[in-house]
Amino acid sequence: MAQGNNSIKKVLIVAFALCIVCSVIVSTAAVALRPAQQLNQELDRKTNILNVAKLYEPGMDVEEVFSEEITARVVDLDTGEYSDEFDPDTYDSFEAARDPASGRTLSGDQDIAGLSRVENYATVYLIGGEDNPEQIVLPIRGQGLWGLMRGFLAVEGDGNTIVSITYYEHSETPGLGAEVNNPRWQAQWEGKKIYDEEGDLSPEIHLTKGGASGEYEVDALSGATLTSNGVTNMLQFWLSEEAFGPYLAKFRSGTEPEDAEETDTDFEDVEGA
Amino acid sequence: MADVNAKGVLTAPIFHNNPIALQILGICSALAVTTSMSVSLVMALAVIFVTSFSNLFVSLIRNHIPSSIRIIVQMTIIASLVIVVDQILKAYAYEMSKQLSVFVGLIITNCIVMGRAEGFAMSNTPGMSFLDGVGNGLGYGFVLMVVGFFRELLGSGSIFGITILQTVQNGGWYVPNGLLLLPPSAFFIIGLLIWVMRAVNPEQVEDNEFKMKENTKPKEAV
Repeated sequence: MAQGNNSIKKVLIVAFALCIVCSVIVSTAAVALRPAQQLNQELDRKTNILNVAKLYEPGMDVEEVFSEEITARVVDLDTGEYSDEFDPDTYDSFEAARDPASGRTLSGDQDIAGLSRVENYATVYLIGGEDNPEQIVLPIRGQGLWGLMRGFLAVEGDGNTIVSITYYEHSETPGLGAEVNNPRWQAQWEGKKIYDEEGDLSPEIHLTKGGASGEYEVDALSGATLTSNGVTNMLQFWLSEEAFGPYLAKFRSGTEPEDAEETDTDFEDVEGA
Repeated sequence: MADVNAKGVLTAPIFHNNPIALQILGICSALAVTTSMSVSLVMALAVIFVTSFSNLFVSLIRNHIPSSIRIIVQMTIIASLVIVVDQILKAYAYEMSKQLSVFVGLIITNCIVMGRAEGFAMSNTPGMSFLDGVGNGLGYGFVLMVVGFFRELLGSGSIFGITILQTVQNGGWYVPNGLLLLPPSAFFIIGLLIWVMRAVNPEQVEDNEFKMKENTKPKEAV
């Protein structure tokens, strides 16, 4: 080895040059491969929607079945009516929540799911036609133990009976919190009810420790109290009047949500922006 | 290593100097990713790629690496390569990358990669180092495939996802051994594999460092 390799100057030069070269390689790979990765994520999201609606079979053509069976609509969370302002295929509710014009900040006691900001419009996925859907798939998200959990909740056309729940993005502990995607745990959700008979917009569904009984309770994940609390909180939030409550209420009362006629709602008019 | 020739460097790590079976390196990922052969294969290819190219790059700049920061330099090169592999998998083999999850990222800490960079590439020419990386990756991959073969065949009755033994759940006759789908089973298979390899090559057997005293009666031991 050459002499002087250990001089401070040489050490700094080598370290600096290496960092530059490696960061260029890593960032080039990240940028160049992003379109392909996004395509995969999109496919994965669609697969999850089909999965939560119990339409997924291994080996099926996800794109084709998705476009056949599922209609995506954007819902105004405030009124619960459909909105034609956005294209459901390109509308990104996650981005919208961050934009001051299309999202709003939640106050401390509203923000049980730990989101800090929520969008004013959200995409829902309807199975079995837009009028009288058999199932409604709602996107949900909220804080688990280690980070944001994002998933889908499938509800029957009565706006009250749960079909299934799934998470497509989470960072919960493998074997404990990550059991949210265990099919046996997910199977418990089928047939559970969200709201009680009183007809208000506060959801009753929650996870409970030590044996769930009744139609509003699901067994909590053992050894994962904080993940279970996160799941309860995010359901309580997304099914409340802050989010999908008004929309689901239309299905429960039997009046379908209508298309907002000649919508003149500009972003500025949206309450609470 | 005085006599480095291309063939020896490439093939020795597969049987005679296998990184897992002889040096007992890289066991952790061998336990985790060998439940099915296709996952094992992708993991093996990823490790071959990382060991060979990290060896190549480390060897290329070996005369300029200050010895005081050489480990960090090697780690940076390895980490960059692993990120590239991870990105490629996410783009072109998304399902696979979900199954491999953290274990692609953990190639960074795989002792084989680090061991070859420090032990071979720092003192040999780039071409040889590259072949050494490929060879050690193949050695790792060989063990992974063998373990994956037994675990998938006996654990789920299939090879590369193709059913060989029809399991009872699917109306067949074969009762799958659930243990083989759990990580500890890889310990048994790797242990048996090491036994076989050392029976074939007795020179691999290490000297007994802690020899029992002969003819020790129980009374004396107390």
